[in-house]
This record gives sequence, C-alpha cells and structure tokens, in this order.
Amino acid sequence: MKKLLTAALLSAALATPAVADTTKVGFIYIGPVGDFGWTAGHDRARQEMQDHFGDAVETTIVENVDYGADAERVMTQMALSGTDMIFAASFGYGPDVNAVAGRFPNVAFQHATGYIQEHDNISLYDARFYEGRAVLGHIAGKMTETNTIGYIASYPIPAVISGINSAFLHAKAVNPDVTFRIIWTYSWFDPALEADAAETLIEQGADVIMQHTDSTAAVRVAEDAGVMAFGQASDMVDFGPTAHLSAIVDRWAPYYISRVQALKDGTWEAQNSWLGFADGIIEMAPWNDRIPAELQAEADALIASIVAGEYHPFTGPINRQDGTPWLAEGEVAPDAELATMNFYVEGITSELPN
Amino acid sequence: MIRLEKRKEPSTFWRIANPFLAVALTMIAGGLMFAALGKDPIAAIRLIFFDPIFSAQFGSFSRPQLLIKSAPLILIAIGLAIGFKANIWNIGAEGQYIIGALFGAGVALAFFPAPGWYIFPLMVLAGAFGGFLWAMIPAILKTRFNTNEILVSLLLVYVAERILAAMALGLMRNPDVAGFPGSRDLRRYEAAHNAELIAGTGIHWGVVAALIAVIFAYAMMTRHMLGYHIKLAGQAPRAARFGGVSPARLVVICLGISGALAGLAGMFEVSGPAGQVRIEFASGYGFTAIIVAFLGRLNPLGIVLAGLLLGLTYIGGELAQMMLQLPGASIQVFQGMLLFFLLALDFQTNYRLRLTKGARI
Repeated sequence: MKKLLTAALLSAALATPAVADTTKVGFIYIGPVGDFGWTAGHDRARQEMQDHFGDAVETTIVENVDYGADAERVMTQMALSGTDMIFAASFGYGPDVNAVAGRFPNVAFQHATGYIQEHDNISLYDARFYEGRAVLGHIAGKMTETNTIGYIASYPIPAVISGINSAFLHAKAVNPDVTFRIIWTYSWFDPALEADAAETLIEQGADVIMQHTDSTAAVRVAEDAGVMAFGQASDMVDFGPTAHLSAIVDRWAPYYISRVQALKDGTWEAQNSWLGFADGIIEMAPWNDRIPAELQAEADALIASIVAGEYHPFTGPINRQDGTPWLAEGEVAPDAELATMNFYVEGITSELPN
Repeated sequence: MIRLEKRKEPSTFWRIANPFLAVALTMIAGGLMFAALGKDPIAAIRLIFFDPIFSAQFGSFSRPQLLIKSAPLILIAIGLAIGFKANIWNIGAEGQYIIGALFGAGVALAFFPAPGWYIFPLMVLAGAFGGFLWAMIPAILKTRFNTNEILVSLLLVYVAERILAAMALGLMRNPDVAGFPGSRDLRRYEAAHNAELIAGTGIHWGVVAALIAVIFAYAMMTRHMLGYHIKLAGQAPRAARFGGVSPARLVVICLGISGALAGLAGMFEVSGPAGQVRIEFASGYGFTAIIVAFLGRLNPLGIVLAGLLLGLTYIGGELAQMMLQLPGASIQVFQGMLLFFLLALDFQTNYRLRLTKGARI
C-alpha cells in the first residue's frame, strides 16, 4: 500500500513539469493600454487569456510601439528572450511581423488586422467590424435630427473604408436624407486631434459622431456639446453617459485563448481568420436609454439576422461612388473584395484620400 | 546662510560634469519611481543602461540596434547644434527629415526596378537636397521678411507630414498591394537598399554619414573661419555685424546645413531601417535630436555621447517594459527626467551657491 502511494506521489511529481511548462506570450501595442479603446480591448483579452491559463502562461507587453524599425526591434527582442508567441495588435506592423517571422521560424506570430503573410508561422486575424458598423449606421440614421453624421476616420485602409460604407448604407436605408462628413486623422491615437475633429464636425452640423480612432476624446466632446456619439472598440459610456449611444466592443479573448491552447497542444498553424458577430468576437455595448425601445428592438433584430447568416451588410444592389454598379440585386460582397476595399459607395459626397 | 551668486564666467567644469550628474540623478529618481511602481529599481536601471550593451542574451542584437537608433539622432543634432550656436533656431528638423526621405525614396521609386550603382548615390544627393530645400523656406522668409524661423520651421513639420501622407496614399503607393497605403519596400530593391555594410554590426551608410558629419562639424567649429563667425554671432551679434559677418548669410548657411543633414538622415532611414514611405514614417527623430543637441552641449563629441545615451534609453526602455512589465509611460517619464535634471543643474554653470557667515541684513 505504502509502495503504491509512493508510486502515485512520484508519478504526480513527475507529471508536474509538464503542467508547469509555461508558454511565453508577448504583445505589442500601437497605443497605450490606457486608451480605453482599441489597445485596451486587446489588453483586456490578454488578461482574460492569462487568467484562463494561470501559471501555464506568462504574458508580456510593450505599449506605444511605432510601426517600422521600432516594432521590428521590439519583436526581435521578444523572440530573443524566449517568447513562444507574439501578438502584434495593429495593422501597420505587417512588414515588420514578416521580417521578424522570417528570422524566427519557431515563434508563432499572430497579426491583428494584417494583410501580409509570407511565412508559415504568421497567422492573421481580424473582426468583421463592418457588421457592427451596420448597426451603428442604422441607429445613427434614425437618431439624427440634423441628418448629418460626423465620422472621424484614421487611415484610408480597407477595414476603415468598409466601415464607413457599411455605416452609410444602413443610415441611408432608414433615412434617405442623411449625409456623412468624414475627417481623416492619419493616426490611431491622438486625443487632441480627435477632439478637434469632433468639434469641427459638430460645427458643420453633425449631431451624431462616429469614430474609427482609439481615444475617448470624441465621446467627451460630444457629451459637452450635447450631441450623440458612438465609442470605439470598448464601451466608452463613462466618458459620455448621455452622449454615448453604444459602441462596437471587441472581444478577442476567446480567440486568444484558442490560439494559445493550440500552441500548447502543438496544433497551432498559420491561418487567416475573419470573425464576426456570430463568433462573439464583437458585440454591442449596452444601448443608451435614449434610444427608443422600438429602435433597440430593430438593432437587436439586425444583429440576430447577421448572426443567423440571413443578412449580409453588403448585399446588392450597391453602386460605387462614381455610379458604376458594384453588386447586383441580391449579390453579396465576396470577402476578397471587402478585404481590399478602396472606394466609397454611391451617396457619400466627400472624396476618398488618394 | 546660503546665497546665490552669479559666476563671472560660466564654469567649464560644471558644463561638462552636469550631463553625467544628470544621468546619475535620473537613475536615482527613476529608481525611486520604479520602486514606487513595485518593480525592482536596480533591475530596471540595469535593463535600461547596461543590458542592451552587455547582456549575453540581448547584447549581440541590441548593440547594432543602438547604432541604428542613434545615428539619425546624431546626424540631425550635429546640424541643429551649428545653428543653435549662432542663435538660429531650426525647430523643424522633423519636417526636413520627412522631405529628405521623400526625395530619396522618390529617386529610388523612379528608377525601380532598374539596377545601377549610381542609384543610391543619387538618392543620397536627393535626400540632402530635399532637406536643404525645406529648410530654405524658413531661411528665405527670415532673411527677406524677417519672420520667426522657430515658428515657420515648426509649422512646416505639419505641412511635411501631410505631404508624406499624400505620397504614401497616392504617388508613391505600392501598386502591387491593393487597398493599403505605403510605398514599395526599398529593402527589397537592391540598388536602393541602405543595407548593413558589415553584417551584424548595424553599421549602414547613415552611421558612416553621422561619423563624417561629426568630424566635419568639429573641424569647422574649431578651425574654420565660418565656425568662428557662427560662435561670434551667437555670443555677440553686434560685434559680429561690425566684424563683417552677414546675419542673412549665416541664417541661410545654418538652416541649409541642418536641413541637408536632417534630409540625409531621413533618406538613410527610409532606404534602410524603415524601408518604406508610410504615413507614420516620421517617429519624432527631428524633435528628439533637439534634446540630443542640448544634452551634448552643442559640441560634436558631446552629441555623439548624448545620441548614444538617448538611443540606449529607448532600447533599454523597451527591454524594461518587456522584462519587468514597466508601463510605457514610466519610460517616457524617465527620459523626461534626464532633460529636466540637466536643465535644472545648468544653473550651476552660471551661478554658485555660497555659504555666508551670519545673517546680513
């Protein structure tokens, strides 16, 4: 009996190292973790992933890493310090991720909203933000009284352009008089610039502000000016309890957990994931009470139809801005075209920076 | 009782000692801050100042990175310091850096994909010329219309940033990648690639150029008439004018040199470490170089040390974030402390504390 017990203890002791085998996971962020937006969303997911695995995972972060040589250096240092997996949480890290991944074939790279995949140790992942933008557009179109919606945009890249198009199409569908005013900041996180942009849009008559930038500045400006706004990537209601109608909230955690688990199981391989409402990667922040119950129900129904796969936000007939046809009646936009979208749809009056 | 007394002449000892003292004080105050954040201060300081150079794990990678990070800072600061000596304040090196990069990349993209040994030298000339041209705007406005070069050069940074965005989105955009801004990767175009000259050392043409600039600046400021005129104009402008030094000529020369060097730095960066014209290509080298120039006491050799030191805090700061989970903002505070202590200590150069007996009323 005693012998048996010892054997059991011994086998338990022997088993421990396998359990204690910690996976080192590094994160590089374009903004500060305290942006209350995009980077905060990724860091929230990192913490959830850390809590899920406990001691089996060790995470490390570097914030405010610029694209280019800086990102390349930080990721190289991470790889040199024995990191097993690196999450690069911004689209512009593409060339840098590919450069470092080529030199460290044993490190698994996960590039958010990326588009370059030259090595088989790089996975790309993205969320179908245009699905959430459709809901925002629907609400904005119904809520606006001035029929003018202000849009603070960051970079003219497909994810941002498809978001503007989706929001516009769904605002237009419920309010044919709606117009969009769009300001480009060429930055993801610049609170002063975003506040200026919000003020300018409000001066131009916008009473709903949408943003594809990461700070809370626009929500605060909207609150002060007594107009409405949507948050970005995180629930920003604390910065504008009256103004904040809702926000697309990013929930990367389930994906992060599954990727780290795959690495631990030895089943990780490069893939290209584009996940949406149905996968739970995005969700809407709680509706503001000022949104009428009827409209809330419409928005819920819109989400439900997207989740069920009954409705795609880009369903024809849709024309390009110049009037040429893009999607025929009933035709659904192929992913490949959405992922490289570089034109506005018909009805948007401003010009795309080019 | 302690009294503050103005020195008859600025103290040479403190001028040289202060930067070292500032570094020491930054280590102490920064260490206290790190301790307050619940991190091991000794480990943090070690990671920032020593590990990038001496660590077995990171050193072989970080040492070359130090040169890559510091070279543009030194190259730009050398030019700025010459102007600062003459009281000519070019605050817009960032803009000249961007325009230099655009000129250099423009030449490369115009020749793409042709091979040719002459392409890179042409890019170097174009880069210097671009920076020079951008600096001539504040120079000519100052000499012609007596505008303030600080404001004009600074505001032109924002103009340059917009031109950069327009180029990355339009004219210089890589036609082979659908939908995304940014030019072709110059690192993949051999004739235009500012590659490492000796593999694994980090030494590229920008590092060589920085070294040459340091030597030339040193010779000019100590041996050449122009250097003497610049110093004279800075210390005694009236005397300089009576001595036949044309202020307008100095403005053009100083802004021209600093603009050309900043343009060169941008060109070496875009064709090497950065690789691409991107909207976010400018990462503040032009502004950080102002700190480097002052930290280096406007002296070419001092600037080399200051550039390396600041580069070290960047690379070490990233290591400290990564290894100790220090927040990114605490590293910026740490770098800020360095400049703060230096400026605070500088009063010792011009003043001294005197203990006096009894109270004199």
